[in-house]
Amino acid sequence: MENYWHSVNLDITKCNGCTNCLKRCPTEAIRLRNGKAEIINERCIDCGECIRVCPYHAKRALTDELSDMKKYKYNIALVSIPIYGQFHLSKKINKIFNSFYDLGFDEVYDVAKAADYLSIALKDRLENKEKEGPLISTLCPAIIRLIQIRFPSLIDRIIKLETPMEIAARFAKKEAMEKTGIPIDEIGTFYITECPAKITSIKNPVGIKKSYVDRAISIESVYSKILKIYPDVEIRKQVQNSSSVGIGWAKANGQSFSIKAKNYLAVDGVENVIEVLEGMELGKLNDVDFFEGYACVNGCIGGPLTMENSFIAKARIRRISEEIGEKQFEAIDRERAIEKINAEMEDWVDEIKPKNVMKLDSDIRVAINKMDMIEQIYKQLPGIDCGTCGAPSCRALAEDIVRGEASIDDCIIRKGQEGKK
Amino acid sequence: MAESEKTIKLEYEVGKEEFSKAGLASSNIKKVLNQIGIDAKVVRRVAIAAYESEINIVIHSEGGKITTEISHDKITVIAHDKGNGIENLEKAMTKGFSTASNEAREMGFGAGMGLPNMKRTSDQFSIESSKGAETRVEMIFNI
Repeated sequence: MENYWHSVNLDITKCNGCTNCLKRCPTEAIRLRNGKAEIINERCIDCGECIRVCPYHAKRALTDELSDMKKYKYNIALVSIPIYGQFHLSKKINKIFNSFYDLGFDEVYDVAKAADYLSIALKDRLENKEKEGPLISTLCPAIIRLIQIRFPSLIDRIIKLETPMEIAARFAKKEAMEKTGIPIDEIGTFYITECPAKITSIKNPVGIKKSYVDRAISIESVYSKILKIYPDVEIRKQVQNSSSVGIGWAKANGQSFSIKAKNYLAVDGVENVIEVLEGMELGKLNDVDFFEGYACVNGCIGGPLTMENSFIAKARIRRISEEIGEKQFEAIDRERAIEKINAEMEDWVDEIKPKNVMKLDSDIRVAINKMDMIEQIYKQLPGIDCGTCGAPSCRALAEDIVRGEASIDDCIIRKGQEGKK
Repeated sequence: MAESEKTIKLEYEVGKEEFSKAGLASSNIKKVLNQIGIDAKVVRRVAIAAYESEINIVIHSEGGKITTEISHDKITVIAHDKGNGIENLEKAMTKGFSTASNEAREMGFGAGMGLPNMKRTSDQFSIESSKGAETRVEMIFNI
């Protein structure tokens, strides 16, 4: 756990020590120490809430660079589905895809194509569902990590199915190997990402040993470059080859829509997801068959590394989807698609495990003692959750004190009150 | 190990017809159990039983209290309300039997699964009640 690498990170020079991120973090992973924010790495789910709320832009995602292409003989851009909503409709989507050749890539892959295939596999999984109650989508890695940390009893509801990013990387790499004869480790796959949590998934995948994605570059960082070169981009090939079904995966509801699910529940925004998962854990949602949850409002198009407002992006995707239609989807052989996806799932050998980062101690007797101490300390705190001590709430401070990471003197409100006595 | 074993006691007041607050106690209990490191499957069972208890107090009683005691080998959940009691315990324990009001049913409660679920999820279950008296349900979950 010590070396857990994740994408969301702090630029300490920009942090002014306010409590905005502290308060919004859904896993209480942020503390203020010496006037600067600090992320408790193993608690971070990379939901990006802190990136969104930081008024000083001190929170950022660690990404790769276009110059990393030098490290490979052959480079593939895996363009994430939210790209469809990023540019004004006067810009043609296939020309946007083609502009990645001009950025230096040897091949460009439309990730929505993988979502077309996954729509078929997902429908198949739900039709063969044995369990009562909702199955949970794996699409949003921040929600999967949230479940590992806060809702471990729901882990067995997670559908074992790779994401469009991972499937696209596999399809693209294998196609490139066949076409060029270049060995797999000299082919670089670059995910053009909307999302810091997906960057973390590349380095710390769930279920599989190693991701087929090698690098991640944010949509944000290529956006202005594409706008600049766009007028002169030549169309080399029809890269855009997905249907409205796969493209729909960019937004909340998209998966349910793609499989024409009846009893589904789609929830976006991490706080909303937490509320619904609380209920699911209490057995309230047994009449639901499929649950898709997204840390970001509106789903992946709301990703912190996108450029466009997610509501505007959503409206554009609707327009583009109407134009593109379902033709490409209808053309896919159902049985072959399921076979193809299932073959890729053979690598998924590891169980998803709970992440007991909130656990007080591995010895239950000690943990009970510590919990008792927390209750005692909590009673002595003012209960106003001001955050001045550096912890997100009085309760969290009490926990930090018992974990040996803070002192009761960190509470200046209590100190002030004692002084008055 | 001669010293007496520490236990944790959590108490939550549950008000009559406070539908909007139902679930708060069970969510808190769940959080504490996760922090103590109780197995996820046990946490889930306790949470479901505590939630059903909360709902029962809200829809059927004059208000009451959920008490949870956690020791190193077991978790005890006690739902104790101020009345007005259960007329026929045997019927009340039957799946699908409910005396819930129309209002409660319209809100999606009152399916008659509360007490049966509490019994099913717990390792030991006991209930004391009679018409006009208080109701006390005790559930024990082995760790």
